[in-house]
Amino acid sequence: MVTIEINGQQIEAEPGSMIIEVADAHGITIPRFCYHKKLSVAANCRMCLVEVEGMRKPLPACATPIADGMNIKTGSNMAKDAQKSVMEFLLINHPLDCPICDQGGECELQDLALGYGRDVSRFSEDKRVVADKDIGPLIETEMTRCIHCTRCVRFGREIAGIREMGAVGRGEHMQISTFIEKSVDSEVSGNIIDLCPVGALTAKPSRYQARAWEMTQYDSVSPHDCIGSNLHVHVRRNQVIRVAPKENEAANEVWLSDRDRFSYESLTKSKRLLAPMIKQNGEWVETDWETALERAASKLNMLAQTDGAEHIGALTSPSATTEEMYLLQKVMRGLGSNNVDHRLRNTDFSWQHNEALYPELGIELSELEEVDACLLIGANLRKQQPLAALRIRKATRHGSIASIGVRKIYNNFRLKHEIVAEQEQWLEQIAGVAKYLLNKAEQAEDIDTSDNLGFEGLDALLSSVNIDQKHADIGEMLLNGDKSSVVLGLHAVEFNHAAHIRMLAKVIAKLSDSSYGLMSHGGNSAGAYLAGAIPHRATAGADVQEVGADAYQMLDQGKRAFVLLKTEPGKDSVLADKAKQSLVNAEFVVALSCFADDEAFEYADVVLPIASFLETAGSYVNVNGLWQDFTASVTAPGQAKPAWKVLRVLGNLLNLKNFDYVSAQDVMQEVKGRMSAVGDKVKPKWQCADNLPTDGWSPEPITIYQIDAWTRRSPSLQATAMGQGREELKRPPLSPFHNIIGGV
Amino acid sequence: MSKKQLPKLLSETTMTKVNEWIAKYPASRKRAAIIPVLTLAQDELGHLANETLDAVADYLEVPHIAAYEVASFYSMFRLEPTGKHVVSLCTNVSCMLAGSEQLKQWFKDELGIEPGQTTADGNITLKEVECLAACGGAPMLEVDKQYHEHLTVDKMAHLIRELT
Repeated sequence: MVTIEINGQQIEAEPGSMIIEVADAHGITIPRFCYHKKLSVAANCRMCLVEVEGMRKPLPACATPIADGMNIKTGSNMAKDAQKSVMEFLLINHPLDCPICDQGGECELQDLALGYGRDVSRFSEDKRVVADKDIGPLIETEMTRCIHCTRCVRFGREIAGIREMGAVGRGEHMQISTFIEKSVDSEVSGNIIDLCPVGALTAKPSRYQARAWEMTQYDSVSPHDCIGSNLHVHVRRNQVIRVAPKENEAANEVWLSDRDRFSYESLTKSKRLLAPMIKQNGEWVETDWETALERAASKLNMLAQTDGAEHIGALTSPSATTEEMYLLQKVMRGLGSNNVDHRLRNTDFSWQHNEALYPELGIELSELEEVDACLLIGANLRKQQPLAALRIRKATRHGSIASIGVRKIYNNFRLKHEIVAEQEQWLEQIAGVAKYLLNKAEQAEDIDTSDNLGFEGLDALLSSVNIDQKHADIGEMLLNGDKSSVVLGLHAVEFNHAAHIRMLAKVIAKLSDSSYGLMSHGGNSAGAYLAGAIPHRATAGADVQEVGADAYQMLDQGKRAFVLLKTEPGKDSVLADKAKQSLVNAEFVVALSCFADDEAFEYADVVLPIASFLETAGSYVNVNGLWQDFTASVTAPGQAKPAWKVLRVLGNLLNLKNFDYVSAQDVMQEVKGRMSAVGDKVKPKWQCADNLPTDGWSPEPITIYQIDAWTRRSPSLQATAMGQGREELKRPPLSPFHNIIGGV
Repeated sequence: MSKKQLPKLLSETTMTKVNEWIAKYPASRKRAAIIPVLTLAQDELGHLANETLDAVADYLEVPHIAAYEVASFYSMFRLEPTGKHVVSLCTNVSCMLAGSEQLKQWFKDELGIEPGQTTADGNITLKEVECLAACGGAPMLEVDKQYHEHLTVDKMAHLIRELT
């Protein structure tokens, strides 16, 4: 530690840190535009010039490392003069169009101009004008306002791993551009809207909608992936205007994926269901809540009483809140059925009794960026958990990443080793790595059977597996890493022999001393497990007497009645058309949906309007078990009600016990109460498979903007290149120096 | 994204030179060869079309925008088709003091072209450039890759008329 002095204040600080970092940590304000704590230092705006004693000229605080005894003055005459002069230069070409600029009121340039700008410009020549670029449906450009801080360029290069923007031309002709009109197609492109300190890059969907000071900010959590990104929801007159990231180092850092940022559009720009609907003589008619709920309750009750509750199945989206899922399973189990599931995309459930309490990553998301070695199995992180891909990308600065998958995946990070297997041979390829590690462990400890390592029967299972060089490379990579990790992606979870993959992955992790875990579907798979929205365990992992049917069984074999919560199985389920057919064939379907164009209108008998995400209170549990609760940011339109209230009343109408909740918070407390009662009895177990099947099949994955009812109804996301399914693979393999200043 | 595009655009001889340049730098830093490769491509193709820039970027494994940045930064790269000969006239301080304005005027009066324009017969393109580091011989201009110094209007007129 060294001691420096800033504005007369003695400060102890880490040697090597920059003046601006130390000042920020101690609440000393230094103006800046190009500096950003998550990006490399560019020092090209010069706004942060400060006086350092002994130096003839002012120095940029963002690029000057501290030294012992340094005496820094951020507000001296020399510093102020320098800062004011820089501001004068910045304003030379900046248009004074704040009244029509979306950034007005929350603009860094506007704010700093107040403190450092002159009243009148001495520049009387013509200002330059830069033509706007059309860079896609998410980001609006007004490039005349650009001050060339290059944050957006550095974001692409360093964080997103796809450099789409650059500084073209030189001198007065320099512009930030994609050069020829190309859209910015990254799945995290929206972050450059936040990064832009001026109004050059603003959000297109919310353009001209509201002023910063007219909006109220609420906190919420994104439902689209298992990261649990924290959101700031900006609301005006009970309408969500836009969504911005809320900083949370444990989840989303300071970023958001485009999905998290723009899916709010589905609240207002889709056909919302405003009143309960029932089908009478084959016609849909609007009705009141009482009639609709009565009809649902009496029909379900009758079926349960006469033919048995096992003929009823309930399916929920993995992005429903924990409270909604808890009440759904409580209704179902109250009726006497364990047929409740959220795993619409799984095809193999044989491992479910060996599972941990909930699907978890086995390593903190924030630690993903620190791994020395990581094996990804069937993971397309960029499309499925975009923010996890950014973490892994950071890990490639020092660590190595390998992948064993069944599809060629275009990552935004470089893989050290990659195996793209045929679907039938996928298991063998993973087994190759497991066998290499097993042989090595047996040699090292001089034992001749895997039983002694805790893996009964593994030797026999792997006896016919061949090891080749790639398996050895991946095995060695994991062994050599101080901090190593095995992560299963959604392709692995959806595989028709997912149990085998999980078993082999656990072997690999254990033998290489790596963490083991998996990414899960939707925003709340973990919450679904804890709430008990699974057929084989009740709330908090409690045992059930008779295991119910899983989602695949229910939709494959059909049930006489279904309850659907926020899901359209025809699109969400891996069975797709077959799932829809099962629902058409069912006698009675009640769907809780937000949308008037829901698939349910093709087969349901009762459709109940419910509140969407951002409209309901609740909680999500992310893949690290981070339990985040939130309140409603806006109220639902029409007669739509939060789903937990609907399920509560349904419980009352069915005369089920203990359905007297007053708030979503009450429900959450009940789930948490159960957690402490039975929570840690569930331990993952080892079970060896009998053989390695060779009929592997990996379902075609859902594309990035089709994953749930909300993204499917977000017009701007659908209009992007990725939404249209024409993603141009214009990304070259990235230089290993891509994270270093000056790298590409 | 294909490394195969550049060899389709350029001759084998040029590609040999391209690979020689790339070999001068560490394998992981191919981008260091971007200026020589763009120069070679321009020498053969006359100018750098978007297609060429994309191909060079792909061949060097850099993002497309990185090639645009370099090509748009240096005045010796031409992004538009040019005439048969490119005349780069210096109008920086030394040359200006030594009479480059009259030279520029000659192009307008006699050939009817201003900087950035090409003669109707497609023979000559005039470019106005900053200092070419030949102030000792001001005023000067460059025809393709040849410097011509100590110019007068007559001397230059003769020189330009000789170009075919």
